[in-house]
Order: sequence, then structure tokens, then C-alpha cells
Amino acid sequence: MRALRALAAGLALGLAAAGAAEIAPGERRSGYDDMGPQTRAMQDDDSANPGMFWVLDGQALWSRKEGAAQKSCADCHGGAEAGMKGVSARHPAIDAARAKPVDIEERINICRAGRQQAAPLARESKELLALTAYIARQSRGQPVSIALDAQTRSFIAQGAAIWNRRQGQLNLSCANCHDDNWGRKLAGAGVPQAHPTGYPVYRLEWQTLGSLQRRLRNCMTGMRAEAYEYGSEEFAALELYLMARAQGMAMDAPGVRP
Amino acid sequence: MARALINVPAKAARGEIIEIKTLIQHPMETGFRVGYNGAMIPRDIISNFVCAYNGVEIFRAELSSAIASNPFLTFTTVAAESGEITFKWTGDNGFEAIETAGITVA
Amino acid sequence: MKPLIQPSRIQPSRRRFMAGAAGAAALQIVTSRGASATPEAMRAEITRVTGGAPVRSGKVALDIPQLVENGNTVSMAVSVESPMTPADHVKAIHVFNEKNPQPQVISMYLGPRAGRAAVSTRIKLADTQKIIAIAQMSDGSFWSGSADVIVTIAACLEDL
Repeated sequence: MRALRALAAGLALGLAAAGAAEIAPGERRSGYDDMGPQTRAMQDDDSANPGMFWVLDGQALWSRKEGAAQKSCADCHGGAEAGMKGVSARHPAIDAARAKPVDIEERINICRAGRQQAAPLARESKELLALTAYIARQSRGQPVSIALDAQTRSFIAQGAAIWNRRQGQLNLSCANCHDDNWGRKLAGAGVPQAHPTGYPVYRLEWQTLGSLQRRLRNCMTGMRAEAYEYGSEEFAALELYLMARAQGMAMDAPGVRP
Repeated sequence: MARALINVPAKAARGEIIEIKTLIQHPMETGFRVGYNGAMIPRDIISNFVCAYNGVEIFRAELSSAIASNPFLTFTTVAAESGEITFKWTGDNGFEAIETAGITVA
Repeated sequence: MKPLIQPSRIQPSRRRFMAGAAGAAALQIVTSRGASATPEAMRAEITRVTGGAPVRSGKVALDIPQLVENGNTVSMAVSVESPMTPADHVKAIHVFNEKNPQPQVISMYLGPRAGRAAVSTRIKLADTQKIIAIAQMSDGSFWSGSADVIVTIAACLEDL
């Protein structure tokens, strides 16, 4: 098995230039699959999953009238249970007016600016986490479904380039850990394949809920690289690549992760 | 106001042992962490939890800084009679939260 | 004279590189830790709670993952062998640790109305250490169970 994997890693390295250093679809494992039984139990039971606090807050925010327009999310979208089903599984998605990918956080702020005439919510703010958790909860069990048209593919390729680029003082790429060494240990902690199916997640390390971008910034700090800014184009492309890489996997937000 | 999630079966048979799960939103700041400015972040924890069944205490806990954020507690009780189960958390900085769950015992 | 440390001419393997990254991450954690409870402090705390009464080993099962995924939130369940009758029941369960800043973790008080002596919570563990749970019975006896846990450190953290 190990020899096979080493061989596979070697092959992948050889093919890296062609952008094929990917995990075979049959070998993909979510972060949930890699967790211990206690952490899984914490996610499985809504009354034991602290991420549900944000979901409940998000549910309250969904019907709160906001901004100069005095409109709530529900005024346009109706009930989130039906209207938001699968939406987080499709993001990041290309915004036609901007001709670039936007994640669900930015999508919410676009709505706030255009429809509610309200100030944008700050990244990692309690309110934005609550809304993204509530919206993502409606996609639980839905397959990741990134549109794979030509325009999206060009941004996926941009994200893949960031993923495979060595950076930081340790000269590591994301792929060095998550494509080539998943299932092994780093500082005693398991290296996951890094499929973002559960975001926003309640991370045990944080003892709170956080976005995928916060998690990516943690990784970059670990690599001793300068982290991209919240809301940057690099993060949008990287998030898009990660979701495309997890295409078809089941969403499980709000996830619990170590 | 802190949110709390209580899991108590709505119905139970008389004499049945039921499991009660409680989860409450709280940072459980230990008092042993150093902040960005180099100063200790003051302790802010829930230190006491009491559960009463129709006014009679059935479970109590004294929590320390070693309890994880968003404290989770599970315990059991014998379903004795229909009525109310109340939950009360108290802690630093005057923290107090009370929740109630109804139970029908037949 | 030869320098004490020579720069290695060998390209470090990826495994080495990962170990280096791990070491650096561990160092970052160590600096943020202050005082910690020593095993002696834990013993003193146990004596305070039991009033010096003898503590026998047994009857108490402590369920904690042996390899903890993250020390900030660790699931822990304690169960005690007891009929939980008015005449013979568990009055209290106390949990202690060796290496957190303080030896006490939690004290839980129950009685015959619990039906079963089975409780659980989530705790914080600063380091690899031994956890001890002590049950106080209605006849005044004390029983204990323990677990050795290995606490790993998350490889990727935020800058502090």
C-alpha cells in the first residue's frame, strides 16, 4: 500500500506540470472520514454540535429587515430550507457582473449592497458566520456542484496554480501535504486531504466557528508564508479549486474538525 | 443572552432512565492565556450548573477553567413524573442562564 | 577550528522538512503556557476533596480517546459501577489532571434519581498526561479510574 502510494506520489510529481497531481476520485476522504468517533459524534448530533449556535443565529438573521431598503433575506428568497438548498455547494461561483468567482460570504455582501442597501458584513464577524452557517446547513448531504464551464475552469486553473506553488519559509506547497502526504502525521496531527465540505466549521483548535479562508490562513501561517488577505482574488480562486477538487462529495456543514 | 441547546426526550415511560444533554454558548476563557498586548486575559467561565426536576435538584456540577468552550454536559435521570426540568448556569461577570424543558411521563 | 554546527549539504527529505515544521509549531505553543499543575498539586487536590480517606482503584471507567485530536476540546465520559439505589449510590464524581495550570477539572454531584452513574463533558488538556476520576459513594468510600492521554498539537495555527 505504502509502496503503491509512493509510486502514485512519484507519478503525480511527474505529472505535476500537467496539473494532474490529484487524488483519485475513489481515494477521496472528507475531513469527517478522518476524524475520531468522539469528534464525529459531536458533529452528528445537532444538540451536541456547537456550530448549531451559529445556524440558529443565522436563522434569526435571515428574516431580519436590514439596510436602507428595509428588506430581509427572506423577503426575496423566501424560506431558506427550499431557497438555499444546494447554494453553498455551488459556491464559489462566477458573478456575471464582476466576471470573477465569489464565495458565499461575498455573495451575501453583494446582496446586502444591492438589495438591502446595507453595509457589508466583515469577514469572520459573528453575523456573517451565522448567515453562512445557516445557508450552508441547507446544503447538508448535497453534492458539491461547481459549474465547470470555460470561464470557471480558467479560475479553477488559477487556484490549482496557487495550490501547487511552493511558498513561505518552509518552501511547501498545499499539495505537498494534502495531495502527497494525506493520511500521515504532521506534529502528531493527521494530514487531511483538505476537502472543504463542512465550512464554516467549528474547529476544536479555535473553539469557535470559522470560515474556509480563516482555515487557509492557518495553513499559510503553518507554512511560514504570508497569508492572502480575506476576500482576496487568490483566496476566491483557491476556494474554487478546492471545491472543484471535492466535486460530488457530500456537504456536511456545519462541520466539526480538530 | 447566551444560546443553549437542551436535549430531553419529550415523552418517557415512568421509571425509564433518560439521558439529558446540555450545550451552552460560552467562551470559557481560562484566565491563563496571554493576549496580543502581553497581558493575561482575565478569567471568564461558567463555574456552576444545576439541573432540577420539578423543583428538586437532580444533578449539579462545579466547572473549572479546564472545561472546553461552549460547555457540554450529559447525565441521566429516572423519569419520575410529568413536569418541568430546569437548567441553570452561573459564572464569572454575573453570568446567568436558565432554560426549561417539559417532559410527559406516562 | 571546525564550526560546531555545519550546514548540511544533504537535501533534507520531505519527511525531515515536515518534522522541522512540526518543531516550530510546538515551540510556538510552549511560549504561551504559564504555570501548570504538577502531579503533587493533583495529589494535594485529591486529598482536599477526599479528606484524606483512602481511594481504591476500580468501579470507575474513564473514557477519553487515547490519542487526543485537539487538546482544546476533548470528549470525556465517566461511568461508575453502582446500583444507584437510595441505599447504595454514587454521590459525586471528581475529575483531576496532572499538567493543566490547575489540577481540578470538574466535580459532579448526583444521586439515586440519576438511575445510572454515567456522565460526560468536554475538557481542555494542555499536554500529554494522566487524568484521574474519583467517585464518592454513599457509604463514604472512594473509588478511582484513570486514563493516560496523548495530546497532539494542531500543525496549522493562527499567529498569536
